[in-house]
Amino acid sequence: MPILPLALKSLLNRRFSALLTLLSIALSVTLLVGVERIRMEAYNSFTNTVSGTDLIIGARSGQVQLLLYSVFHIGTPTNNLSWESYQELAADRRVAWTIPISLGDSHQGYPVIGTNQDYFRHFRFGDKRQLELAKGRPFDGVHEAVLGAEVAAKLGYQMDDAIIVAHGAGKVSFTQHDNQPFKVVGILRRTGTPVDHTVHIPLEGIEAIHLGWIGGRPMPGRQITAEQALNKDLTPNNITAAFVGLESKLGVFHFQRKVNGYRQEPLTAILPGVALQELWRLIGMVEKALLTISGFVVVVGIVGLLTALLTGIDGRRREMAILRSVGARPYQIAALIIGEAGFLTLLGALLGMALLYILLLAGQPLAEAWLGLYLPVSAPTLMELALLGGVVLAGLLAGIIPAWRAYRNSLADGMSIRL
Amino acid sequence: MTQAQSPTPSPAIRLQNVGFRWPSARHETLALESLAIKAGERVFIEGPSGCGKSTLLSLLTGVNRPDRGRLEVLGRAIGELSGGGRDRFRSDHIGVIFQMFNLIPYLSMVENVTLPCRFSRLRRERALSRGETLEREALRLLEHLDLHDAALLHRPVHELSVGQQQRVAAARALIGAPEIIIADEPTSSLDAPRRTAFIELLERECRAEGGTLLFVSHDPSLEGCFDRTIRLPEINLATVNG
Ligand SMILES: Nc1ncnc2c1ncn2[C@@H]1O[C@H](COP(=O)(O)OP(=O)(O)O)[C@@H](O)[C@H]1O
Ligand SMILES: [Mg+2]
Repeated sequence: MPILPLALKSLLNRRFSALLTLLSIALSVTLLVGVERIRMEAYNSFTNTVSGTDLIIGARSGQVQLLLYSVFHIGTPTNNLSWESYQELAADRRVAWTIPISLGDSHQGYPVIGTNQDYFRHFRFGDKRQLELAKGRPFDGVHEAVLGAEVAAKLGYQMDDAIIVAHGAGKVSFTQHDNQPFKVVGILRRTGTPVDHTVHIPLEGIEAIHLGWIGGRPMPGRQITAEQALNKDLTPNNITAAFVGLESKLGVFHFQRKVNGYRQEPLTAILPGVALQELWRLIGMVEKALLTISGFVVVVGIVGLLTALLTGIDGRRREMAILRSVGARPYQIAALIIGEAGFLTLLGALLGMALLYILLLAGQPLAEAWLGLYLPVSAPTLMELALLGGVVLAGLLAGIIPAWRAYRNSLADGMSIRL
Repeated sequence: MTQAQSPTPSPAIRLQNVGFRWPSARHETLALESLAIKAGERVFIEGPSGCGKSTLLSLLTGVNRPDRGRLEVLGRAIGELSGGGRDRFRSDHIGVIFQMFNLIPYLSMVENVTLPCRFSRLRRERALSRGETLEREALRLLEHLDLHDAALLHRPVHELSVGQQQRVAAARALIGAPEIIIADEPTSSLDAPRRTAFIELLERECRAEGGTLLFVSHDPSLEGCFDRTIRLPEINLATVNG
């Protein structure tokens, strides 16, 4: 096509306005694909807040509620799970491992959970990643604590610091278990999950600090020191929930039915993956809204292109008449315009992607440190490619309007150059 | 085949009972009973503004097609060709010079001259048979039109004077030796001495390339430079204006 090199030269001749159009398309593409990528990664990391756990067991409740308190430590359980029931269920031959957790206390607003060493052994998040210690070791003694990364960073705790657990979940708590401090023996590596915001102590520790308490209040004059506590029986009566891994995934629904129909007490077992997805449907609306908005930004970019092309057309009538006089066909005149629109959007899309990757490379450590969001610098996904294709297509379609006008002009003007 | 030896050259343009109305107009702009222009003739088409000169040229170049009648250019009934066929015919056989703003601002002087060769293989081959490259042929024509100053060649075309621009346009019309050169008031933006100088150059080059020249103007004083004058209002039966 003899007209294409001309299209390029013509565009270069108007490089300043072309550059602005290009830039607005590129930036809108960066925004669109960036939002899509963050959305996908947020979804992935959210739905993998817990992975590798087949079931979560707690007192009878809705699945989102159980998920909220057992995984996100939000809200309070209506009831507990008795130690006997937990022991019995854990002994089922289909069960490979369990992690008991006990909630209800806090430290400076961060939830404190009681658990055992199986937590460090079996808990998985993200892409089946295991918890890793940045410093120290898992707890061993009753009065030892392992901190989530965020807790340690925000409160500035070091190894061997002593921390006081407060009763209840509030930030300002009037009842402190200050007679039994805990020693920091380990700090976990950042996970981007609620684990970062959690203080982990042994179940026995939870039991120890509540000795001498009745109905959530300390009995006056019956304060017990750490040394005294160690001589008592620290087996818990209740726990809040248990994470369960099964020997075989095939048994999940069968075991879930067993738990849900448990005779001794009303229990609920949820599949964390399913519950997380249900929860995402509730909160994921925000991300969808964000994607929609960035879609509109692209529309604004395309409208800018359309405006630039349309105003260009009238100034280029003379050029079109000259081209017609040397034998350019009307469709070639139209192709000149559509080619320009397509070229600008394609280049804009590529530029936008390049910019996105630069931002990803530069912003990856920040996103991980601040949001706990790991943004992989990976090849574009199918969805992202589809978005890019959509942008280029929209650019080409937008080019049809000025091209049609140029086509009509070039037919109507005939041999006269109308200004 | 015997026609080649015939003493009278075959007509470049023959036109019979042709009528044309712009789609937006109520009446015909042109109604011509008959008109013939011989090959190699240099014809002056004269008439006041708005009498339909440019409209006639748009029919001859196949940009528009007559609503009725028969129009032959170089023996081809171009009204019967398809749109694409007429465009190809124009690019192969007709060179056009406009009143002004003839040049494409983002192309160099030489690129402007060789523009028709992008669209017509015939003219590209003819141009190549004269010069070794299109550029050399363009330079040859420019030199014939008194544009041999090397410093000019590298200037952006919009920095050329109007007279220089018109000569570049003439070189573009002439490249690849099209049979017909059409000039639509090419001198109306030039002052009197440059006007005659331009017409003389154009005439000389048309003669050298063997083309038929149709030169249109509203200025009757130019008539002396041409073989023949056609006064359009005298032959146009559609006198109704507007
Ligand atoms: N592209 C066009 N569309 C509609 N009407 C036109 C167009 N070009 C010319 N006309 C009309 O045709 C008539 C003849 O115009 P034109 O051929 O340009 O005259 P001239 O070239 O002799 O000055 C005028 O009335 C003009 O308004
Ligand atoms: Mg005119």
